[in-house]
Amino acid sequence: MYKRKQTLSLPGPDDIVRQTLPNGITVLARENFTSPTVVVSGYLHAGAADVPAFTDGASTDGAPTNGRDKIGLAGFTTDVLERGTRARSFAQLYEEIESIAASFGINSGVQTTGFGARGLAEHLPLLLGILNDVLRNPAFEKNQVEKARAEILTDLQERETSPRRMAALTFRALAYPEEHPYHWSQTGYRETIERITRDDLAQFHKTFFSPQDAVIVVTGAIKAPDAVQAVAAAFGDWQGSRPSQAGLPPAPPLTERREQRLTIEDKAQSDLILGWPGPARADPDFIPCFVANTVFGVFGMYGRLGKIVRTTNGLAYYVYSNIEGGKGPGPWRIIAGVNPANVDKTVALILQELHRLRDTRVTKDELRDTQSFLTGSLPLQLETNSGVARALLNIERHGLGLDYLQRYTEMIMAVTAQQVQDVAQRWLDPEHYALAIVDPTGSGDTV
Amino acid sequence: MTLLRTKLDNGLQVLIRESHAAPVVSVWAWYRAGVRNERQGMTGISHWVEHMLFKGSERWPEGAADEAIARDGGISNGMTWYDFTTYFETLPAHKISLALDIESDRMRNVTFDPGEVESERTVIISERQGNENSPLFLLGEEVSAAAYRVHPYGHETLGHLCDLQTMTCDMLRDYYRTYYAPNNAILAIAGDFNAGEIERITERYFGKIKAGPDIPPVSAVEPPQRGERRVVVEGAGQTDYLNVAFHMPAARHEDEAGRPTYFALTVLNAVLAGASGFLVGGGVTNHTSRLYQALVEKEFAIDVSGSLMTTVDPGLYQLTATAWPGRTLEDVEATLWAEIERLQTSPVTQAELEKAQHQARALFAYASESTTHQAFWLGYSEIFADYEWFTHYLDNIAAVTTEDVQRVAQTYLRPQNRTTGWYLARK
Repeated sequence: MYKRKQTLSLPGPDDIVRQTLPNGITVLARENFTSPTVVVSGYLHAGAADVPAFTDGASTDGAPTNGRDKIGLAGFTTDVLERGTRARSFAQLYEEIESIAASFGINSGVQTTGFGARGLAEHLPLLLGILNDVLRNPAFEKNQVEKARAEILTDLQERETSPRRMAALTFRALAYPEEHPYHWSQTGYRETIERITRDDLAQFHKTFFSPQDAVIVVTGAIKAPDAVQAVAAAFGDWQGSRPSQAGLPPAPPLTERREQRLTIEDKAQSDLILGWPGPARADPDFIPCFVANTVFGVFGMYGRLGKIVRTTNGLAYYVYSNIEGGKGPGPWRIIAGVNPANVDKTVALILQELHRLRDTRVTKDELRDTQSFLTGSLPLQLETNSGVARALLNIERHGLGLDYLQRYTEMIMAVTAQQVQDVAQRWLDPEHYALAIVDPTGSGDTV
Repeated sequence: MTLLRTKLDNGLQVLIRESHAAPVVSVWAWYRAGVRNERQGMTGISHWVEHMLFKGSERWPEGAADEAIARDGGISNGMTWYDFTTYFETLPAHKISLALDIESDRMRNVTFDPGEVESERTVIISERQGNENSPLFLLGEEVSAAAYRVHPYGHETLGHLCDLQTMTCDMLRDYYRTYYAPNNAILAIAGDFNAGEIERITERYFGKIKAGPDIPPVSAVEPPQRGERRVVVEGAGQTDYLNVAFHMPAARHEDEAGRPTYFALTVLNAVLAGASGFLVGGGVTNHTSRLYQALVEKEFAIDVSGSLMTTVDPGLYQLTATAWPGRTLEDVEATLWAEIERLQTSPVTQAELEKAQHQARALFAYASESTTHQAFWLGYSEIFADYEWFTHYLDNIAAVTTEDVQRVAQTYLRPQNRTTGWYLARK
């Protein structure tokens, strides 16, 4: 057996530089000179959850509004932000970015707007300058607004005939009440996207985009203090704040079995999602749930689910479970793509495995295997600049502490079989759940 | 960075590259067994064998290898493509023996149990049906089939449904015994180790495996296309798509003057449709490309992209566009042909050429960032060329001239050399 001393160097307080600028932006930087590239990744506090309060009674076109008639506004805004600033037209913006083979992007979440860029390290000042420009000085040029709208509408058309995407949309609507932001599509709906005006976009941006509590991470081939300096140089003069942001409400537990079947004709495979509102990242149950989820639908080839549905019964190419965490009660879902004839059998097997996870404690071996997988795979997740950036953003977003990655092993190893069973009983109710099935041959509602 | 290459007595090619960036190691076993090696009646067999190789052996029963790798914090997977099937593990560096143990066992000892073949049949068919849910898969399959009437590249990796329904356990086992042999394989290893020491360990795991029979040659040669071919696919949805495929030469091809073609086509694609990334590492946006300007900016298409096949035998250069709502595919096509004609009639500008060359440099850096990707390139480049193809890639891109781009546009983007496919949504 080949032996070599393992020289693990997980990012921690010793090599992450963290500094909050006077305008409220927190910068984290960690250097890595193994490749000549750099990754910038960050977020600010503006998202889909801000839309209802914004549009409620405040429609710029004077039409009555119930707070939900402009769903998709946050995402539409970020799409247009990518399409030109007051200083750079669309063409100029992409000429600068593409001529150095860099890329940048902005995307909208429920509470935050994420942004990022990647390029060669020598181009870091330019990348930060462009991010600063697109986040702060959008042109909202009419022509670009209409192009973005056409792109979104085409994407929504494609969604209507995609079983996988329609299953995801239907699941959200079943698992969360209408009052919860998670009930709704973040991309929006045809009628809401058609209703959004240029003024809505500009106003949404003006109201919510600010440096307040924003976070920017830089990882790659640049000294960490220099990276912080570069962010300060680009973003340091941004001033402002946003209206106070409400927290995400808890989701009421499901008290019944909610199932919906849709039919999309002319498709070969059915997609199904079965699940519940899950624990937020800050919930003390989260880490045990995360371990339980790994046993159930991740470890090896899709965990216990993969073993019974794919390996033993050959019913599906993919079947796995996923726990979202996040600031709010993100979903805990089981996702499968199966032949239309095998839908009911697959659901029955999933329920059978749920009962087993709740009724019997996982074995010592199973728990140990899962724990060593979760802890041992950490270096692989941190092998690239984008992997490190993702980890640092997560640490900052959830206040996990700069030593989180170094404490991670201890936290995972501390989870017991009893805890796994407890959280399975608390969160994975096999009688009350949401189930969305999109089935080409079914008798469901036709899309 | 030390690179060590060797060939074992049984024919196994071994490439080992030290890389001390992270305490990890990545092991890739490559087999020259892909779509290229498949005949009618057995399409999809390479991919199915790949699935069966996760079903285990006596030493590593089903699931045991996956679990052992996961237990040590590793990742692993398999992939089937035009010219190859490959398996990899990336692990903490001191666990390299586990990967070598699993891959040396997988090369010869996998059990092909008829019951497991049957249960995997539905999984494979399910994978195909999942793909059939996508209009672009349905269109791409028809276009490739029309572009090739002789060479096996014309069918999908997943194979035809009828073959998936009828393939037998014996066929799968025979294919495995023929193609999974050290004389048809490449072992590529990158990571945090001493290369010499790894060479000795590799010899220990793989040296005793006997060479297999000679590999059946692939004799199929696609005849020159003598006129445009057109296909129409109708299906669900509200969005129309265009997919155009031009025959292009193999990755190693040089013209009669000794000029390599692939690199000129790479630059052509960057100018026309935007620099596309490699199989690994990601790409960049294409908003300054000519086709984006002509099709998307002018509202003929929602998006457009281009891709080259990097293959042993002549592949396809493909362009794909999504029609703008209300636009017809005739409109999209007319604009596309005009842009191609422009490439043929006048050279690209020096600025366009230099931009494509800059982009290639950065994309190359992204594609070799992680240890996993470094090991990938060691093996992948040997499949269709050799590792020098990879190490000289940027020099070859830098040597491309505007005349080269114009010449390959005139040679390969002729109407007679193209297959045009429409996906018409039944709105």
